[in-house]
Amino acid sequence: MAETLSKEYFVKVIEDLIPWIEDRKEYFTDLDSAIGDADHGINLSIGFREVASHLDEWKNENVATLYKNVGKALLDKVGGSAGPLYGSFFMKFGVPVKKKGPDEGVTDDEFVAMMDKAISIIQKRGKSTTGEKTMNDTLMPALDALKAAHAAGDDIKTAMGKAVEAGKAGLESTRNMVATKGRAMRLGERAVGHLDPGAASTAEMLEIFYKDMPDA
Amino acid sequence: MAKLKRLFNDPYQIVDEMIEGYAKAHKQYVHMDDSEEAQGRVLVSNEVGKKDKVGIVIGGGTGHEPMFLGYVGKNFADAVVMGNINTSPSPDPCYAAAKAVDTGKGVVFLYGNYAGDVMNFDMGAEEAEDEDDIVVKSVTVKDDVVSAPRDKREDRRGVAGDFIVFKAAGAAAAMGKGIDEVVRVAEKANEVTCSMGVAMSSSTIPAKGGTIFEMEDGDMEIGMGIHGEPGVRRGKIDTADNVVDEMMEPILKDLPFEKGDEVYVIVNSLGATPLMDLHVCFRRVAQILEEKGITVYKTLVGPFATSMDMAGMSITLTKLDDELKEMLDYPCDTPYFTQF
Repeated sequence: MAETLSKEYFVKVIEDLIPWIEDRKEYFTDLDSAIGDADHGINLSIGFREVASHLDEWKNENVATLYKNVGKALLDKVGGSAGPLYGSFFMKFGVPVKKKGPDEGVTDDEFVAMMDKAISIIQKRGKSTTGEKTMNDTLMPALDALKAAHAAGDDIKTAMGKAVEAGKAGLESTRNMVATKGRAMRLGERAVGHLDPGAASTAEMLEIFYKDMPDA
Repeated sequence: MAKLKRLFNDPYQIVDEMIEGYAKAHKQYVHMDDSEEAQGRVLVSNEVGKKDKVGIVIGGGTGHEPMFLGYVGKNFADAVVMGNINTSPSPDPCYAAAKAVDTGKGVVFLYGNYAGDVMNFDMGAEEAEDEDDIVVKSVTVKDDVVSAPRDKREDRRGVAGDFIVFKAAGAAAAMGKGIDEVVRVAEKANEVTCSMGVAMSSSTIPAKGGTIFEMEDGDMEIGMGIHGEPGVRRGKIDTADNVVDEMMEPILKDLPFEKGDEVYVIVNSLGATPLMDLHVCFRRVAQILEEKGITVYKTLVGPFATSMDMAGMSITLTKLDDELKEMLDYPCDTPYFTQF
């Protein structure tokens, strides 16, 4: 299968995540103030500022190493829950294509395998699944939709578009959930009515992965 | 959002600049771990290396000063790992701290029971075990009674009771006990320590440029967490006696504390509540305990685990036995807690 996603695409995603989090940090932090400890946006901003300061040197690496470096920076600089979860997502994302050269892109099959690897580690690290008012409520339905659309023969951008929609629906479903994981779990019924901040930020992150994809 | 009345430079540098200042101010007690893994987020006691003992590492997010860094020193904690404000440290500094304090007898990680702290400290512990064969055991403090019922204690968060559990573990290690004994003492102190807080204003986060959450002037929230996690009831600020009464009921019921018990009491400021008010609150705590036939063995009143400039206080009770008394009375010397 041809490589439909170039190395430049993977660089552009990171380049676009940097201003995105600066624009959205207050929104995510406000979501977090409602049900958590009000640091989600700020912490991601601390992490992506670190990424920004190293991106030029990392750009020359292959996709796997670039994303591993991004993940390690988030893990190191963010801390909290977002550090290990976002950090692990990026660290594992490139593992399926770790043998590729510095200028090689990836195939649709490989991209699906990368998302699978990255999203699966979040379930493992957070010891969490859907229905617990966490980022898994965005990520797991998104992954299922991506895999299903890809298996049905959709091109990768169409498939990722369906993943984004499924992720958004998953995000919206967190509004009426009682949290059983993370800091919001102490709130019981009082968390109902609020979106989960991690589910919200990961939904927007997936959208950037989608929007940066070239049209088929 | 109210204007910040805080003194800082670049809000993104506030934690690193605090650590730099602290290391210089308290150089008789601590020094920075300058290893690459520590990332400037680990302070180590100058006592480390003077004798072989179980290493005590405490830590968590910053913004709770003097928790956690203030308790590193002789016969208390051997190192502290610090994260961003209200945010746990990352795995590498946790690993660095274990390496810095291990004398071959193993290391105990002690921190408040929050999902992010558990993930990061666990990853740091795994690294210390895998890379350097250091035995690391962890104790997560779970003293906040409103954060989960006692039968779901595993879900409880750690607040000012951290102090009690760290102190007991630090003393046990200083006495030369083995790692399993240190963990047992820490868990015992953990089991019999119960806390609850009240807040009358939000703390402020410099990088956010304002308060963590909105709160009407004149309101209070009973049961609020140390990071501003919502509590059990919001209402108008009431008299000290009424507020203490409302907080003491769930605390006393929890263990439960009973007639004939002896307790250690902490009335803790969350940052902005003055000693005057804290002592007014303690007066009522003492009255209630006397009515119940519970003896106050020792009391601490002051800022021990804060939430920056949050107005509010917490009450912590620990039920004592002879062993815990010995641990909590054991001499120690740190910048923010000394006893002879």
